[in-house]
Amino acid sequence: MSDSDAIDFSAYPDAGGHFGPYGGRFVSETLISALDELQAMYTRLKDDPEFIAAFDHDLAHYVGRPSPLYLAERLTEQAGGARIWLKREDLNHTGAHKVNNTVGQALLAKHSGKSRVIAETGAGQHGVATATVAARLGLKCAVYMGAEDVKRQSPNVYRMKLLGAEVIPVESGSKTLKDAMNEAMRDWVTNVDDTFYIIGTVAGPHPYPQLVRDFNSVIGREARRQSLEEFGQLPDALVACVGGGSNAIGLFHPFLNDGGVKMYGVEAGGEGLATGHHAAPLNDGVPGILHGNRTYLMEDEDGQIIETHSVSAGLDYPGVGPEHAWLKDIGRVEYVTADDKEALDAFRTLTRTEGIIPALESSHAVAYGLKLAATMKRSQNIVVNLSGRGDKDIFTVAAIDGIEV
Amino acid sequence: MSEFQENRIDRRFAKLRGEGRKALVTYIVAGDGGLDNTVPLMHQLVASGSDLIELGVPFSDPMAEGPVIQKGHERALANRVSLRKCLELVREFRQQDSETPVILMGYANPIEKMGAEPFADAACDAGVDGALTVDLPAEEAGPLSQLLAERGLRNIFLLTPTTSEERIEEITRLASGFVYYVSLKGVTGAGHLDLDSVRDNLARIRRFTDLPLCVGFGIKDGASARSVSEHGDGAVVGSVLVSAVGAAADGAAARDSIADLVDEIRTALDS
Repeated sequence: MSDSDAIDFSAYPDAGGHFGPYGGRFVSETLISALDELQAMYTRLKDDPEFIAAFDHDLAHYVGRPSPLYLAERLTEQAGGARIWLKREDLNHTGAHKVNNTVGQALLAKHSGKSRVIAETGAGQHGVATATVAARLGLKCAVYMGAEDVKRQSPNVYRMKLLGAEVIPVESGSKTLKDAMNEAMRDWVTNVDDTFYIIGTVAGPHPYPQLVRDFNSVIGREARRQSLEEFGQLPDALVACVGGGSNAIGLFHPFLNDGGVKMYGVEAGGEGLATGHHAAPLNDGVPGILHGNRTYLMEDEDGQIIETHSVSAGLDYPGVGPEHAWLKDIGRVEYVTADDKEALDAFRTLTRTEGIIPALESSHAVAYGLKLAATMKRSQNIVVNLSGRGDKDIFTVAAIDGIEV
Repeated sequence: MSEFQENRIDRRFAKLRGEGRKALVTYIVAGDGGLDNTVPLMHQLVASGSDLIELGVPFSDPMAEGPVIQKGHERALANRVSLRKCLELVREFRQQDSETPVILMGYANPIEKMGAEPFADAACDAGVDGALTVDLPAEEAGPLSQLLAERGLRNIFLLTPTTSEERIEEITRLASGFVYYVSLKGVTGAGHLDLDSVRDNLARIRRFTDLPLCVGFGIKDGASARSVSEHGDGAVVGSVLVSAVGAAADGAAARDSIADLVDEIRTALDS
């Protein structure tokens, strides 16, 4: 295959949080001691049997894991090629993979003894997942959300409020996810003594890309075991959508050392790569530095971060996790796009063929999975990560259809 | 040129020490209040008693800034101010002022975009004396620091109340020009200055370096500037100036309010 056959992927990141030239810790000195403290705690706990047992217990009894690996027969028939298996993260408590990470980070927060958690959110899924674990542990919770997103995602805003979280609209910059992350960092710097920052994706400064990956890797570990149980071999291909990339790395990581398993990360093509209106930094961006790490970014000729576009708010982010940047460069994972229209078509197709309403984010993975399956043999197997359910998106889709719900 | 080459920053601090005076470091955002107004504002800062100028390079995601300086960055970006433009402004400033040190304070990505070496060359050529890149902590700053040092520019680093002694030692080894001590846990312009903590921490840092120590974040007026500089070598003032530029109706009004503010702080520092 490629050069990546010689790499042991479990050895990354390095001690400084680097994946090749990406990752690292590009933050103001004001944040360093908090990151050092978090890293020391995580290093101590990640192999601690008691901590692992507590995490596994919460995943089983609170999140509802393992999530099924479901053979989508009618979807497979429609694609007319490889068998399509859906990893049902949509069936988790709160409706997406995000809760795997918030349950893990909540355990870290509890160990840290801090009484307050904060989070950034785009579509609101990570905000809801954070507010949920905060409610369960009796922690104070503040969620930063771009003012534009607060308007677009009012059901999730209300959900977070019901859960007892304070939702703080962010009016700076482009008033979207990236600005919410800036504001959460500023809160953390100011309130570092009593506050734990629960980052929602595999971005941010080291050790976040590592620990968010580790908590989500339960997806891939289960999928690997389930594949062997269900069809007696590893899958031929994995497909997952990539915004920040936490569901994708969660699925991919436990398979990275299995050279025969091909992997496809699907970025949001928005209105099409050629239009510039998209959220596909790995396909149409350049390496740069944002939010504490070096990675591929959407930026202008002066290095200013630009606004992104996607029908799915959860993919609407100008950066991407640094491990994905590295996996792209070394050729271990292929990064492709599905545009808004393809994602919407896949949303409808999956809903009508399988009775599963997928999140618009996950619909990007379904769209590419359908295309890919058609090029493969009927004896082959594809696992598509169905990272979230689409209840939150019915208003968006209805509006596109011109229907008032 | 070498890193030992004499530099305007070193010269200025040596002069201040000789006179027994404290340094007043002032911060404005390049292009805030209009591109044509930045160089006149810089001259006004000097005329009113500023010893060093920190010129903020606007960035779309200024993570360490409080709301006042964030708005300054947004206003400057609306005027399409790039890193290259900032360097042109310094060059223009140098036509009339060959003595006042100018430090570029900004974020890593515009430099990454330009390329570290082209940036170092261009900064040296434009008459920049040092750089403080907020999101390049010691562990990531190495290559850029080296390039700047080779061209005689100084590398300004932040130290904070939470910086460990191991790090203070590591950072002061890389630092040159002066050390910027962040007086509080928070973002620029925050308002909970703790003077006892500033005194204790400056004493702690002093054990590791002879570089001048300037204190910033949360310095609002003459009184607070004077109190923090009693324990160090100078004070950095930013948010109040950026706020004044933002509130001013035009360039002349901005210069007037800057003059009043800087004059008041200078008087307090020298009293």
